[in-house]
Amino acid sequence: MAAAVVIAQALQCYKGIMDETEIRRLSVGHVLCGLAVLFSLCVPPLLLDEFSLLGTHLTWLCICSVCVVTVNVLLRLTLKPNPSTKRSSFAHKVNKLKQSGLYFFVSCLLFHGIIVLYGAPLIESIWETFLFAVLLSSFTTSRCLCILGPNFHAWIRVFSKDGAMSVWDHSLQITTICSIVGAWLGAFPIPLDWDRPWQVWPISCSLGATFGYVVGLLLAPFWIYWNRKRLTYKSR
Amino acid sequence: MKRLLLMLLLAWLSISFYSGIWLFMSGFLLMRIELGNQSQCSSPPSAAPHLQDARCWFPQRFDKAVIVIIDALKYDFAKYNPENDNPKPYENKLGEIHRLCSAQPRHARLYPFRADPPTTTMQRIKGFTTGSLPTFVDLGSNFASYAIQEDNLIHQMVSNGKRVVFMGDDTWDGLFPKKFYKSYFFPSFNVKDLHTVDDGILQHLYPTVDGGDWDVIIAHFLGVDHCGHKHGPDHPETAKKLMQMNQVIASLIEHLDDKTLLVVAGDHGMTDTGDHGGDSEKEVTAALFLYSKAPLFAEQLKTEAPAVPQVNLVPSLSLLLGLPIPYSNLGGVIDDLFGWPEDKVSALLSKTTAYHINVQQVARYLDSYSRAAGDLPAEKLRALADLFTSLTSEYEQLMSQRDQLSEEELEIHLQRILQRQQSYLDQARHVCMESWARFHPMHMLMGCIILLTSCFFCYIIAEAGSVLSLPYKNLLGYPLLFTISVTSALGLAVWTSGLALDLVTVCAAATLIFQISFYFNFQAKKSSPSRRQTHPVYLLLSGPCVVLLFRCCSLFSDSYVVAEGSVAPFLLTSLLTVTVVKLHWDGKLLLPTFTPLGSESLKPSLTPAYRRDGSRLMWLLAALGICVRLSGFFHNCREETPDCQPSSFLSPLSSIRDPDIKNVSYVFCVVFLGFMVFLVRKWLQHYGNLNIASPLVLYVRWGFPLIVLGIACYWAVSSGTEDSLAKLKELTHLALVACPRAIYAMAGLGLLLILWNPITVFMKSRVSDPDNTVTTYRGAPSSEAELQHVIPQIYRKMQRTLKSRLQHGGEGEDGKKGVSVEAYGLGSVYSAAMVITLSILTLVLILLHSERMTPAFLLLLLEAVIILHIHGHVTNLYSEGVELFSVPWYSVLAWSLAATQNFYSTGHQPVFPAIHWNSAFVGFQEGHTNNIVPALLVAANTFSANILFSAGSCLLLLWPFLCEAPTGRRRKGKKEKEGGTEDEETPMMEMRIREDPDRFSVALLQLGTKYLFIQGVQLLSCVCAAMILRRHLMVWKIFAPKFLFEALGFAVSSLFLLLGIALVLRVDCAVSNWFRNLTLQQNR
Repeated sequence: MAAAVVIAQALQCYKGIMDETEIRRLSVGHVLCGLAVLFSLCVPPLLLDEFSLLGTHLTWLCICSVCVVTVNVLLRLTLKPNPSTKRSSFAHKVNKLKQSGLYFFVSCLLFHGIIVLYGAPLIESIWETFLFAVLLSSFTTSRCLCILGPNFHAWIRVFSKDGAMSVWDHSLQITTICSIVGAWLGAFPIPLDWDRPWQVWPISCSLGATFGYVVGLLLAPFWIYWNRKRLTYKSR
Repeated sequence: MKRLLLMLLLAWLSISFYSGIWLFMSGFLLMRIELGNQSQCSSPPSAAPHLQDARCWFPQRFDKAVIVIIDALKYDFAKYNPENDNPKPYENKLGEIHRLCSAQPRHARLYPFRADPPTTTMQRIKGFTTGSLPTFVDLGSNFASYAIQEDNLIHQMVSNGKRVVFMGDDTWDGLFPKKFYKSYFFPSFNVKDLHTVDDGILQHLYPTVDGGDWDVIIAHFLGVDHCGHKHGPDHPETAKKLMQMNQVIASLIEHLDDKTLLVVAGDHGMTDTGDHGGDSEKEVTAALFLYSKAPLFAEQLKTEAPAVPQVNLVPSLSLLLGLPIPYSNLGGVIDDLFGWPEDKVSALLSKTTAYHINVQQVARYLDSYSRAAGDLPAEKLRALADLFTSLTSEYEQLMSQRDQLSEEELEIHLQRILQRQQSYLDQARHVCMESWARFHPMHMLMGCIILLTSCFFCYIIAEAGSVLSLPYKNLLGYPLLFTISVTSALGLAVWTSGLALDLVTVCAAATLIFQISFYFNFQAKKSSPSRRQTHPVYLLLSGPCVVLLFRCCSLFSDSYVVAEGSVAPFLLTSLLTVTVVKLHWDGKLLLPTFTPLGSESLKPSLTPAYRRDGSRLMWLLAALGICVRLSGFFHNCREETPDCQPSSFLSPLSSIRDPDIKNVSYVFCVVFLGFMVFLVRKWLQHYGNLNIASPLVLYVRWGFPLIVLGIACYWAVSSGTEDSLAKLKELTHLALVACPRAIYAMAGLGLLLILWNPITVFMKSRVSDPDNTVTTYRGAPSSEAELQHVIPQIYRKMQRTLKSRLQHGGEGEDGKKGVSVEAYGLGSVYSAAMVITLSILTLVLILLHSERMTPAFLLLLLEAVIILHIHGHVTNLYSEGVELFSVPWYSVLAWSLAATQNFYSTGHQPVFPAIHWNSAFVGFQEGHTNNIVPALLVAANTFSANILFSAGSCLLLLWPFLCEAPTGRRRKGKKEKEGGTEDEETPMMEMRIREDPDRFSVALLQLGTKYLFIQGVQLLSCVCAAMILRRHLMVWKIFAPKFLFEALGFAVSSLFLLLGIALVLRVDCAVSNWFRNLTLQQNR
């Protein structure tokens, strides 16, 4: 009897350690993601002439999306958030990669459509809208792709109340929701008559989304750490 | 009885909202009636026998005048204090005025110029041209433009042959269209632009003055005002601007001659932040500077000049320029200007004569005004009239015995008359000001409080409605008795104490007393059942709450009110998306197989199966987004958004030049109209409500196409009127009148039919079915002819049996003797009546709009159906048949947001010039004899979205029953029936309502209060915005019209909400009767 209790305690302890290391890995990943955004803000002015966040916003949108996607892919390769047990063939991997690209593209189009339905201009500044959609996709879809893979059912699972099964899933939930809420809130200053340069479409929204994303990145590890007792992942 | 009480409770809530609105309006909306009368040179208000030399009312003193209006020229700006060593940026900058005043004291004088609130430029221009006190709503003959209808200075100048040249602010263009001999307008809209207007004026000012082709020049500079708005007065830019103005005055004087009067005036002041609009001392004290090269004043002034009310400029200028005083002037002449034969007695005589004319004119105006409107207090008017008669007789007596009196006596008499004349004018102005130009903060505050408490009651009734099951008779009865007694006692007490009994206050007191006593009765009844659980704080963060909060906050910002047409759809889409996402988050969209996780499986191998509802909801959301986005193409514009283009669909078809495009658009409009009617019929057919041969169904089958035909005819005739042949003139005219009237009549007929018999249920009993057996002539069919008779019968029978199996909403019951009755369309009997009513209303409203707005109405209906579907699915997914009776907040909010959005999508804006006045003449080409019919038509046109959505809000309660899944939860039996074992697979749909009539009426009450609450909260924030921001720059342009539209919209919405609920209750009555008859038949 006593032995059983000891074993249970040890298991608990082990689980705690597991979580702690996982959270640490997660934090590292998040810091890197945040650095990607910071990089896109700080480095281009040194390299490019006439670069400014507000003036050449389209360039920044491209750079930021590329940075974030690159870091996500690198993290996927190094940290391996959801390690799959079975080894897959090279062809399988290529197939997955192709599928991921397709998913990403479709999500960009979908985001574009949704943004237009929410009131963005249809024809004028179509590039701004599209690149904003790309930015949103790189904040949300690319992370989904890197953590869950091109598996739509898994996505559906993660974004429901009891669907998260690892710290990675939780961080995915938090960052995605934060980015989208940030973008949504970013729309609010647009009608005001302050005549500021950042009120131009889509600057406030993309800044809002970026801000939300960064806040989500910073918030997620703390939130998970805080609630680590409550979060028991049934699958592990 | 219960139904009546339900209606009474809702009506009471609406009435308490109305009284709040009324109270607020009485304190906030400054209202007055514009008179169309004009003063004429030939008919002075009184004959002045001794003024033979006057061509007009009074001898002309100046031939020409240059009037320089410097916007927001505060008195502090113009005042010069030589002892001030360290002047602020706005001080001591107009040195020229000071120099002139001290060097030529008899030629120049500076006055504080007191503006009347509201101190906005447009109201001020109206003020110092008409001499009246402009209010927010000047009820004139024409709302459609801002043009001044009243008699005014410019009109008098023009009609007396003066050439008026204007340069500057283009507000004047709107106010005096086509009045000016020459004009140079510059856009005033951009407050950030300091120089365009001023530089433009300066370009033209001196050449014009030197050119001599003018009698009056008006130059309106905007730089100082814009500077105040942009930087505030305490800024170097203001100093620069004032210095420029100083330069302007200095060089202008060099261009003037002896017969020219120079007037430099500010229209209002500004606060320390550079704003204006309110009634604070700093805003109302502007500056007035008068100068002429000929001596203007009799004596020089020792002290600072006394303040001059702004309206006083009007009579003074009129008389100096030899013009009649504008009819509605309330100002008194500035007496310094009339003391000019320099000897003392004749100066006094001249002054009294000027005053006499002035007094006569004011008295004439007050007389005409009090005949036209009753808003001036009667006893004060009487006192004024007494004073006036004594003054006139005294003056006339003095004039007749002028020669007999000695100089000193005459002087004393004249002095006395002068004082009394001045006091008469002051009192007259005061009386008018008290009723026209003053906010009543107490009234406004009380109005707000009543609105707030009404919202609160709506909320508690909506939340506690289920507790409130039985005894709400004494909830209404006792408070009513209590209120009547207390109010009458109070009224009596006030009356006996001799105070003036203000109707508004009494009404407010009555409402408040009623609410308080209601609250205590309510609490007493409520405390007996279990206490309501307290709501956790995080409820505030739920989707509907956040959206409602955003919506209310957005009404406080002028930019958001301007952009409301795109904010409302944004919030609507967000709200419904959040609802669906939350549904997914709660796992309601996944099939229950998902929940048990394999305990051993490491890999999440589960493939969550999605319900069909999931994808359906996604499609519905996308369709909603598309509808909302498309309806944005029908928006109108307001003048605050200069680069907005009003939708081309708003102009009537007859305005299109190209006949091909015209024809194509016409065909499209008719097709859309037909499609709409087709969809309605299809829907009714789908639910089996088109089978019976009752008058109502006949009406739907034949009346709807007839209405469509009528509308199509009307459009055809009205769009092609110009190019019709002369012979057909009579005919087209007849058609233009007859078609719309026939449609009104048809619609009225339809509504009456619905009220008379709203049941659209086709019933047949199965056993006694005469077609059950195939009748033949004799025995087996032998001949071809007999076969031809029999085969259709067999076919019909088979069809019927098939149909009875397939028919949705088929409802079968067994009687006692095993007789089953089939009733088609019973499951949607409530909604069918509602849908028919709404379609009739829609058709009439389409008729009132421009032809090409038809797609907007189609989108409106589609959007409503989509919202209902989303709501129905979500409710059915959340609840297992139990919760269907309570309508969740989000759907009510979405419904009201959709109403707001469609207000804009039907081509409206909450400003007066955007109202579609043409709609008043649909069916009444030759005009109206009274004001009620056109007001109703225009209101119906303006608030069509509110009408449709609030009348249809009952559908929110009914639709989840319709969407009920055909399989799954069923209830056996009914209250009326003992049997009912057959046909269990068919859903009960709206017949579930019959199971629980008490809960149904409570649910209707809750729905009504929820809708009222959401509308009321929006109204409340509009009211608060108007009250708090009443000094805001934009209050008269944005917030006040928005408040008016919101208040009227609320009134219309609540009225139609009540009518909609009444209709549902009528259907409920009819269904009860129907069941009673059925049981009687079965028992027989």
